[in-house]
Amino acid sequence: MMAVTGQFMILYVIAHVLGNYTIFAGAINAYAEGLRHWPYTIILWSSRTLLLISVFLHTWYGIILKLENRKAKPETYALTRYRSASLAGRTMVWSGLLIALFLIFHLLHFTFQVIEPGIAATAHPDALGRPDVLTMVVGSFQRAGIAALYVVGVLGLGLHLYHGIESSIQTEGLNNDRTLPVVVRTGMAISVVLFLMYAAIPVSILMGILK
Amino acid sequence: MNLTLYVWRQEDRNDKGRLVQYEARDISRDVSFLEMLDIVNEGLVKKGDDPISFDSDCREGICGMCGQVVNGVAHGPRKKTTVCQLHMRHFKDGDTLYIEPFRARAFPVIKDLIVDRTAMEKIIESGGYISVHTGGVPDGNAVLIAKRDADAAMDAAECIGCGACIAACPNGSAMLFTAAKVSHLAMLPQGRIEAGSRVCVMTEEMLKQGFGNCSNHYECEAVCPKGIKVRFIAKLYREFIKAKGNL
Repeated sequence: MMAVTGQFMILYVIAHVLGNYTIFAGAINAYAEGLRHWPYTIILWSSRTLLLISVFLHTWYGIILKLENRKAKPETYALTRYRSASLAGRTMVWSGLLIALFLIFHLLHFTFQVIEPGIAATAHPDALGRPDVLTMVVGSFQRAGIAALYVVGVLGLGLHLYHGIESSIQTEGLNNDRTLPVVVRTGMAISVVLFLMYAAIPVSILMGILK
Repeated sequence: MNLTLYVWRQEDRNDKGRLVQYEARDISRDVSFLEMLDIVNEGLVKKGDDPISFDSDCREGICGMCGQVVNGVAHGPRKKTTVCQLHMRHFKDGDTLYIEPFRARAFPVIKDLIVDRTAMEKIIESGGYISVHTGGVPDGNAVLIAKRDADAAMDAAECIGCGACIAACPNGSAMLFTAAKVSHLAMLPQGRIEAGSRVCVMTEEMLKQGFGNCSNHYECEAVCPKGIKVRFIAKLYREFIKAKGNL
């Protein structure tokens, strides 16, 4: 359950960053407008629904898993030395919590647009009558505090996926000796690339590269 | 060589237990880790103190009886080595060693470094066997088994059931142990027949015994004295999915 819901969310996160990159082509308003129309709106709303279900199941089972595992190992050693467990792997529940908090902020900010109503995209259409997502995003990320918050949020996401991608493949029984190291390294690489891609948006706006 | 030891001492199951400092003097580089503890114990007995209790049997690294956590690592710092086959030449003069029992909720401490590993037996009892009649010893090559399968089954069968995987797991999970047993039998024709029911009852028993869940840290593989691979855990998942699909 953790693996399957996690993998769906990874697909969403990949699609989401690719969509966001229309901002670098100056086409994010057209992209946002496109998502509101047939047939893309069907894809948008069905994936959003599945995403919502996935988030709940993943969080629910994740917390149960953590509690069960804590119970199974009540005492630790005076000296603990990990030989293979990564920091990312051991802090899954915390990076997950960070993502959840960030997600709530992100939804309030760019989806419900209540954090900065002055530049809310749906309330302020551009010259072509489309929601002005560009002005909203650029206006937000020119404030260092918000840009920093997003970088921290996607750092949590990167950390979570650093362990999560390969872990989900293993839990689905898709590994053997030959594939395991490849899957581990690919999972780490994807998580780093996703983090860099996401973080690049607020950073480039803050640095004035993207206006 | 001289060493400072901090050894876990615990009277019985109900005792709280604590680390006690001991000095190990004039230890030869060539003695094993357990022989070093024997020497310390001789000193304790001479003084009229209670010797440190620990498990051991064959002292050849094949029986799975011994096992302690040395400086935070089950079976100590050497890879693919049981603590009885760990020699003092792998330590330095003046080293400080923390010696603790295997820890997990399913492994209650009986005394000092001895833990009760009955929970592992319960997993085997639940389904780690073959109940079909296999007849007498078959003639060589009468039952053909692919070399690849035979090798993989032997790799899984290497598990000596010491419990280091459980001790090392941050979740106290018995997944590697159970996976080795499930895989070993599932890869041979005699064990294949009950493979589906076996994987279901053994994993169920594992959770019932209070072991945790696998979250893929692979600490188990890192400490396993027999080098059992986590590929068998993936195999267990495959067997489980297959079995549930058939229900």
